[in-house]
Amino acid sequence: MRYSAFRVLQEALRGHKGWRPLWRDPEPQAAYDTVIVGGGGHGLATAYYLANTFKQSRIAVLEKGWLGSGNIGRNTTIIRSNYLLPGNEPFYEFSMKLWENLEQEFNFNAMVSQRGVVNLFHTDGQRDAYRRRGNAAILAGADAELLERDALRAMIPFLNFDNARFPVKGGLLQRRGGTARHDGVAWGYARGADRAGVDLIQNCEVTGFRIENGTVKGVETSRGFIGAKKVGVAVAGSTSRVMAQAGMGQLPIESHVLQAFVSEGLKPTIPGVITFGAGHFYISQSDKGGLVFGGDIDGYNSYAQRGNLPTVEDVAEGGMAVMPMIGRARLLRMWGGIMDMSMDGSPIIDRTPIDGLYLNSGWCYGGFKATPASGYAFAHLLATDRPHETAGAYRLDRFQRGTVIDEKGAGAQPNLH
Amino acid sequence: MLIPHPLLGLRDAQEFSYLGDASLLLRPDGMAENAAETFFPYVYLRENPAGLHRELWFHEQGDRSWLVVTRNTVTHEILGAELAGDVVARNRASRDGGDLA
Amino acid sequence: MRLSGGLIDRSRTLRFSFDGKTYAGHPGDTLASALLANDVRLMGRSFKYHRPRGVIAAGSEEPNALVELRDGARREPNTRATTVELFDGLQARSQNRWPSLRFDAMAVNDLFANFLTAGFYYKTFMWPRAFWEKLYEPAIRRAAGLGSLSMQGDPDAYDKGFLHCDLLVVGAGAAGLAAALTAARAGARVILADEDHRLGGRLLAESHSLDDRPATEWIASLEAEFASLSNLRILRRTTVFGAFDHGIYGAVERVSDHKPEPGIQPRQTLWRITAKRTVLAGGATERHIPFRDNDRPGIMLGGALRAYANRWAVSPAKRVAIFTNNDDGHRTAFDLISRGVEIAAVVDSRPNAQAKGTYRVINDAVVSGSKGRLGLQSVAVTRGGQTEWIACSALGVSGGWNPNVHLASHQRGRPVWDEAQQTFLAPADLPGGMIVAGAAAAQGTTHAALASGADAALRALNDLGIAASRPALPAAEDAPLNLRPLWHVPGKHRAWIDFQNDVTVKDVKLSHQENMRAVEHLKRWTTLGMATDQGKTANVSALAVMAEMTGKGIAETGTTIFRPPYTPVSISVLGGGNTGEHFRPRRLTPSHPWAAAHGAVFVEVGQWMRAQYFVRPGETHWRQSVDREVLAARKGVGICDVTTLGKVDVQGADAAEFLDRLYCNAMKSLKTGMVRYGLMLREDGQAWDDGTCARLGETHYVVTTTTANAGTVYRHMEFARQCLWPELDVQLISTTDAWAQFSVAGPNARKLLERVVDGFDLSNEAFPFMACANLSVCGGARARLFRISFSGELAYEIAVPARYGNALFARLVELGQDLGATPYGTEALGVLRIEKGHAAGNELNGQTTAQMLGMGRMVSTKKDSVGAVMSRREGLAADTRVLVGLQPVDPSEPVVAGSHLFAEGATQETATDQGWITSACFSPHIGSSIGLGFLADGAARRGEVIVAANPIQNQSVRLRVVSAHFVDPEGERLRA
Repeated sequence: MRYSAFRVLQEALRGHKGWRPLWRDPEPQAAYDTVIVGGGGHGLATAYYLANTFKQSRIAVLEKGWLGSGNIGRNTTIIRSNYLLPGNEPFYEFSMKLWENLEQEFNFNAMVSQRGVVNLFHTDGQRDAYRRRGNAAILAGADAELLERDALRAMIPFLNFDNARFPVKGGLLQRRGGTARHDGVAWGYARGADRAGVDLIQNCEVTGFRIENGTVKGVETSRGFIGAKKVGVAVAGSTSRVMAQAGMGQLPIESHVLQAFVSEGLKPTIPGVITFGAGHFYISQSDKGGLVFGGDIDGYNSYAQRGNLPTVEDVAEGGMAVMPMIGRARLLRMWGGIMDMSMDGSPIIDRTPIDGLYLNSGWCYGGFKATPASGYAFAHLLATDRPHETAGAYRLDRFQRGTVIDEKGAGAQPNLH
Repeated sequence: MLIPHPLLGLRDAQEFSYLGDASLLLRPDGMAENAAETFFPYVYLRENPAGLHRELWFHEQGDRSWLVVTRNTVTHEILGAELAGDVVARNRASRDGGDLA
Repeated sequence: MRLSGGLIDRSRTLRFSFDGKTYAGHPGDTLASALLANDVRLMGRSFKYHRPRGVIAAGSEEPNALVELRDGARREPNTRATTVELFDGLQARSQNRWPSLRFDAMAVNDLFANFLTAGFYYKTFMWPRAFWEKLYEPAIRRAAGLGSLSMQGDPDAYDKGFLHCDLLVVGAGAAGLAAALTAARAGARVILADEDHRLGGRLLAESHSLDDRPATEWIASLEAEFASLSNLRILRRTTVFGAFDHGIYGAVERVSDHKPEPGIQPRQTLWRITAKRTVLAGGATERHIPFRDNDRPGIMLGGALRAYANRWAVSPAKRVAIFTNNDDGHRTAFDLISRGVEIAAVVDSRPNAQAKGTYRVINDAVVSGSKGRLGLQSVAVTRGGQTEWIACSALGVSGGWNPNVHLASHQRGRPVWDEAQQTFLAPADLPGGMIVAGAAAAQGTTHAALASGADAALRALNDLGIAASRPALPAAEDAPLNLRPLWHVPGKHRAWIDFQNDVTVKDVKLSHQENMRAVEHLKRWTTLGMATDQGKTANVSALAVMAEMTGKGIAETGTTIFRPPYTPVSISVLGGGNTGEHFRPRRLTPSHPWAAAHGAVFVEVGQWMRAQYFVRPGETHWRQSVDREVLAARKGVGICDVTTLGKVDVQGADAAEFLDRLYCNAMKSLKTGMVRYGLMLREDGQAWDDGTCARLGETHYVVTTTTANAGTVYRHMEFARQCLWPELDVQLISTTDAWAQFSVAGPNARKLLERVVDGFDLSNEAFPFMACANLSVCGGARARLFRISFSGELAYEIAVPARYGNALFARLVELGQDLGATPYGTEALGVLRIEKGHAAGNELNGQTTAQMLGMGRMVSTKKDSVGAVMSRREGLAADTRVLVGLQPVDPSEPVVAGSHLFAEGATQETATDQGWITSACFSPHIGSSIGLGFLADGAARRGEVIVAANPIQNQSVRLRVVSAHFVDPEGERLRA
């Protein structure tokens, strides 16, 4: 069934009787060519591109809970491609280009909205660093603009320009950045994958891998053994837990909790995405009117999907410092997600030492914007056994070889990335 | 969170800064022939358990002790905390006794 | 209309306005009760369809009656009228309507409701692509949202505090009061918190007696006793909003929200309460029973209707009907009749319900519809296929009660369905130390609530080893509800479940039809429970409808967990006072007073405020000041406060060995009385921090770090000392704030210092380059002197105890007048170091290596030091980028930091990128812009012309690759 304004009209006139399920609920088959572990954004996007772009068949996505229950189900929805390093920037710009045509392609309105992303700077040194970053983006075919204080003030007058502890000196703007409706992205990919014949199997937890002579043969699940020629793992914060079942218990990954927050619904206030450069705070406003904001990770290893009060206060302080007009808005809900923090802050899309087993991980807290490119590149790898041209740096052995991709320059300490 | 400091009692976790897995206590010998092989897992690989985790916290806003805290990463329950120096001493004693040979 | 009795103070009248019209109320009123007293039933509009709405609840669960409270910068959007205590002069406006509440143009949405079903927007607005940002989305955004912000900074003050207790009691209703009484009498440290300004909770809303006296008398006697107990702290107007780890609770006290303005007090206080044990006695929230058009103003929860009558002495109408599936509806009828309200009928879905008084009961019947555009006029009652319209202007609906288990679920425990009581109960895996009591534990009768509260406190005290006894509790009603589940009245038309977000039974059915059946899919597809009330009155009903669709039962359908906060919390109070200029502490350097008095412009450097440059009379542009300062240091003598650099005192027999392991270069060979440059790597082999290491004595060193890394380097040194090499005899202490340190740089530096040192030989022979010493200055002040140079000039750094810093700075400037002594700031400091080719933060950004900095050979292979092993990885070794100097071919062109470097003639893209410019400045010495940068194969390209691309500013400049040492490459000056 194709979605369109006409269809909405037609269904309204006949009592909505014709709407079909967004996806089937198939029973798992005995074996597939490719099994994707993890029905979050990256897993669903991988299945979508495998089936639709790389024309693979006999594909299943195994999800231990409900589709889209990974970090795509709880995040601050920012999309941008203003990275610094050559290992990253072309990949994220590829992702941005996929975002720009996504909804028409998978026939689902995921509310991709290019309302702009501004990263504020507060010192001359930060300006230099952002200039370098913006130039890197432009050189990779992305867009970037450096706004000085006056131009920024004209654009975002409600920032604290007058009594800030760290004065706002300007901002790095990416007009093509913005937000997308996170659940819509998951559902769009899921529906598109389902329509291309992918079996999306919910409530199916992987409990083990069957590996013979160094080659994967399938996965044990809560719904029985499922054979597979290739298995791709895209389970974000659960990476270490799942990969330990394949004997890869030690990875360059730590799981951390990132909290995020949403306010009560308000009339339009914040036009795009704004990030504070002198504290931990970033914010946008959803189409429903809620201010969606967050800050830094709590900083300790956690699988608890919830954080603690000091981080909440730190984020609120940051918000009040940079835009004190949000003070009388009320925080409605807070939640925590498990982030697969890698040792250099950049992801891994690679084969593993086990034949047929592939890993997609290490997204830290920036995985949402990467969803299309991550799915595409992982599908490329699964289908062709070669890395996609924009994802060639995301190797598992880069830590040993010394070719890390460290955007922040924070080193091998995941909670600093 | 509250951390049971072995000398100072329960202290708010906000007084501490966090480093990571207590395996960082076991720094390999940089002059050994196989140093490149031993340093890679030391610096980059982590068990990252969902469950009990022994981890390093620094009492930065307090007495400047490094602690090894045993904490459940699923529930955040803390089972205990020791001075890192004591843990190192015990590790070495047990190694010298042949236990970890 | 106003009834008799109630807990309001009729001796005083308060004036307030709603949508510009002035009304009167009394102390004790909420905005909602005062509006009802003035016969205002229409208070708001729904989110999606802009349906006219009135208040449905009497507490913080209210989804409909949201207003913009107050004016100007104090405007508070989305404020629940049910929780606003009336004050004189209160101003409130309805929201999400245009042009007015009665005539809202956006109500046109309601006519098109059939097109705007759950998830419709995911299916359209996709063509043409560019229309989303330009047309569809702006329209949607304008229509969405509820209230609006003032867009002005919050003028009020906020506070934060920490509290500790043995027992925290959340909720001061029957159960909470019994728990607090039990624990307080036992001598435990107790905190009793309630969101209301009055103790009593639901007792205030009922007509029950305790020991045959009004409940308020019992509460008053408790309050008198509580006032005498110093171990009990009562937090009124305080919402415990979140249960965090290890017994820590977040709570907000609304200190001044009931006043026109806070005055000298904070508006609100954020309390972080650490409790050994907690009794959650948060009560219960009543459920609605969805039926066709069940959202008209005047249709309320039955318990709310009763609360308004009993506590606030108001009724929304003279003639009221009741719809119930349990005995609670009859209790409402009884109370209303006793206060003179006419009961049109009690419609009871059960077959054999008995009246509790003289009123009409229609058994085995349901309410199946309603009429009245802006307020209820009549309801349809269907019984055995026959429908009768009954005139009434208000309807109370009782569908049973949902225990408020929110806090019990904040640590991800999932509420458990209890089939017998037809409700969700607190999870088994409660937050540590929590016990649930009273209606929150489905102990809903007054008798049960009192008993369970006391029992919970006894359990908690027993755990803590505090002896306690059960207090005598008053006799109280203990009547069961006799509920027979009815989750919705079946029908084809819209029946609202989530009022604010306009989620109807039909939406839940459609969600089922489209396979959005998992609870989380249902919630996200329909927006159920995402409104400001967080689904308090809606979620359970929706789950029940979904369970009916799937045929799986509620237990198997499952539920969502609750997340903090329990009710919305202002962002201001979470930020506390740490806002605006107080966002972070301000650290001042020792010479700050002198600098402030002598034209310094200050700049933020981390938390420090440093002098950026000093403006002299006649200087109108910062470059004039900076150029003058730079030239003064090159030709005369400059003085700069460098106290912010981290300083660590290292002492002990093994101090040399310790430092040898921390720095990548050799330190053990450093002689007493000498200083050496030191480079620290991170254990991953990247360059991290640099500074100097001075050996003041055989076992005494002082090392410096960069300003930015002062804290983290010290932390790392403690890690090395305590965790890696505890066998070494070494002690550390940070002395950054203890010593004021000034750079004295320039050809006249020695001459100037000779005027302050006490008999100390500063000659090149006695105190050569890289020497250090303890000495005294200015006739006895303790000092340290280091002959080190960041500028490339003959230079010293002199340190004195911080309290003498400002005086010494003044003395140096004064004594050096004839030598051209000139204070300089961070800008000149930067120019001087770029001219000399010294690395700073822009070069040591965590992404570079010793090799890139041209210091690869410093990494000793003869010893084990932090980072040495990993610095030799192939990927790092293969990186050919190295620090070079850059000078424009055309001296009038700028060198701009952040530009990327390309071979001349090369296409400019990621693949051909050869490096970047890290630092740049105008060099008065060279007479043009200059820069430092990392360039591929840079070491071999001296003299080559390359291109600096700065496309973000449409710049492209031809640069010549030169030595990074623009000044005195042989180092003759600093050794002079």
